[in-house]
Amino acid sequence: MEQKLFGYRRENGKVGIRNHVIILPVDDISNAACEAVAKQVQGTLALPHAYGRLQYGPDLDLHFRTMIGTGSNPNVAAVVVIGIEENWSKKIAEGIAETGKPVSYFSIEGNGDLETIRKASWKAKEYVQWATELQREPIELSELTVSIKCGESDTTTGLGSCPTVSQAVDRLVEAGATVFFGETSELTGGEHLIRERMATPELKEKFMAVYNNYVGEIESKGVDLLGSQPTQGNIAGGLSTIEEKALGNIAKTGTKEVIGVLDPAEKPENGNGLYFMDTSSAAAECITLMAAGGAVLHLFPTGQGNIIGNPIEPVVKITANPLTAGTMSEHIDVDVQGLLSRQITLEEAGDKLMEMIGRTVNGRLTSAEALGHREFVMTKLYRSA
Amino acid sequence: MSNARQTDVLTKSGETTKVSTHKFLIHHKGDHVGVATSPIEKGERVVGIYMDDNTEIEVVSRGEIPLGHKISLVNLEEGAPVLKYGVKVGVTTEAWEVGDYVHTHNIKTARW
Repeated sequence: MEQKLFGYRRENGKVGIRNHVIILPVDDISNAACEAVAKQVQGTLALPHAYGRLQYGPDLDLHFRTMIGTGSNPNVAAVVVIGIEENWSKKIAEGIAETGKPVSYFSIEGNGDLETIRKASWKAKEYVQWATELQREPIELSELTVSIKCGESDTTTGLGSCPTVSQAVDRLVEAGATVFFGETSELTGGEHLIRERMATPELKEKFMAVYNNYVGEIESKGVDLLGSQPTQGNIAGGLSTIEEKALGNIAKTGTKEVIGVLDPAEKPENGNGLYFMDTSSAAAECITLMAAGGAVLHLFPTGQGNIIGNPIEPVVKITANPLTAGTMSEHIDVDVQGLLSRQITLEEAGDKLMEMIGRTVNGRLTSAEALGHREFVMTKLYRSA
Repeated sequence: MSNARQTDVLTKSGETTKVSTHKFLIHHKGDHVGVATSPIEKGERVVGIYMDDNTEIEVVSRGEIPLGHKISLVNLEEGAPVLKYGVKVGVTTEAWEVGDYVHTHNIKTARW
C-alpha cells in the first residue's frame, strides 16, 4: 500500500490506531464510579458492562481474559481499573501491566464511591495528560491486527460487501498483518469449507471440535438454529436458509490458510496471519472478544444496515445494498453498491476499502465512532453462582 | 481479477462507460438461483450475468422479486437440492419452474 500509515507504538511494541485512556469496571456495581471519573476527567472513556460478580470456572476465566485483553489492546494508552474488591481489581491491573502501559487500580470496599472517584480521577487526569502528548509514528500494515464480522446480512453481502472485505483480508495477510474471523454458529452449512482451509490436521480437528461444541450447546437447549437463523432481518433481505447465509459470511474470509483456532478473547501465538476465533455471531459480543484478543480495526460488511460500534476498536462499515446506502448513509463508511450494478470491479472495491483502512488507521473517525456507538458487551458462558 | 470483459460490463473509469441492463446476478455457473440487483416485476423478461464468466442468461419472471431476493433459473422437483455459490444451500419444499420467486415458501435448510 502506497498510503503512509501512522499509529501509536506501545511499550510492548504492539501498534494501536487510537489513543484511549479507559476507566475499566471490574464488575457491574463499579460502573457508576467509572462513569463518574470519565465524566469528571475529559478525554477518558468508561466501559460499563453487566457482569463480574459470582462468576466461576471457564466463565470467570473468560471474564478476566476479556477485561485484561481490553485493557491490553494497543488502542488503549493507559487504564484505570475500578472494582468493588481489591483482589480481582489487582489481578486485572496486573494482567494489563504486563504490556508495560500505565495502569492503576482502585477498590470501592472500605472507601465508598466518592473517595474512590476522587483518587481515581487524579490518576485518570495524570494519564490523559500523558497520553495526549504521545505522537503517532510511521507504522507498517504488517503491524496491524484486524478483525472481521458481518451483520444484518442479506444477499448483497454475499454479492458485494463480503467479497470486498475478502479482497482486503487477502491483501492484509499478504502484507504480513493478522486477521481474526469468528461467528462459530453462523458457519453452519459452510463449516466444511473453513475446515479445509485449516493449515494442519490438528487445527482441522480443533476447529471441528469447537464448531460441534457450539452447535451442540445450542441443540442441548432443545432447539435448533432455525428459530434464530436466518434472522428476521436476513429473511427480509432475501436470505432463505442458514447455509445460504453462511456462504455469504464465509465470502469475506479471503482465500488464505487459517493458522490458528483461538478461544474467545485469546491472543494469537502462531505469528501473523489469518485466525479463527470461537465467538458468538451477535455483533457486540463478537467484536468485544476480538478487541480483547488484540484487534485494533474492524471491517464490518452489512446488508440491511447493522449500526454496531465498539468503544476501543473502530468499526468500518461496508455495504453493497443500494437501499441501505441510501436510507442509512450516515452509518456507512464504504459504499460498494457499484458491484451490484457492475460499475466497479471487485478489485476496485478492494482498493476503495484499503484506502478507507488507511484513512481510519491515520485517525479518521468511522461512522460508528462519530455517532457514538460504543457497544461493549461481555460474553457470558452460563449463569453465575 | 477484472470482471470487466464484456461490453455490457462497465469498463474502467474514464472510458466510454456502458451501463449494463442486467437485473440479477448469479454467483457460479450451474447455480439454480440468481439474486435480483433491482426489483423485478411479474412477467418481466430480465437479463442476469454469471459473475464467474460474465456470460448472460435471460429469464421471464413469474413473480414480483424485491432487490436482494432470488429468482429460479431451473425447473426442480420438490425435495431437490438447491445450488448457490456452487454449493448446496437448501432443498426445495415444492416444485420450481424457471422464473419463480424463491424464498422461505419454497426452499428450506437441508440441516434440520
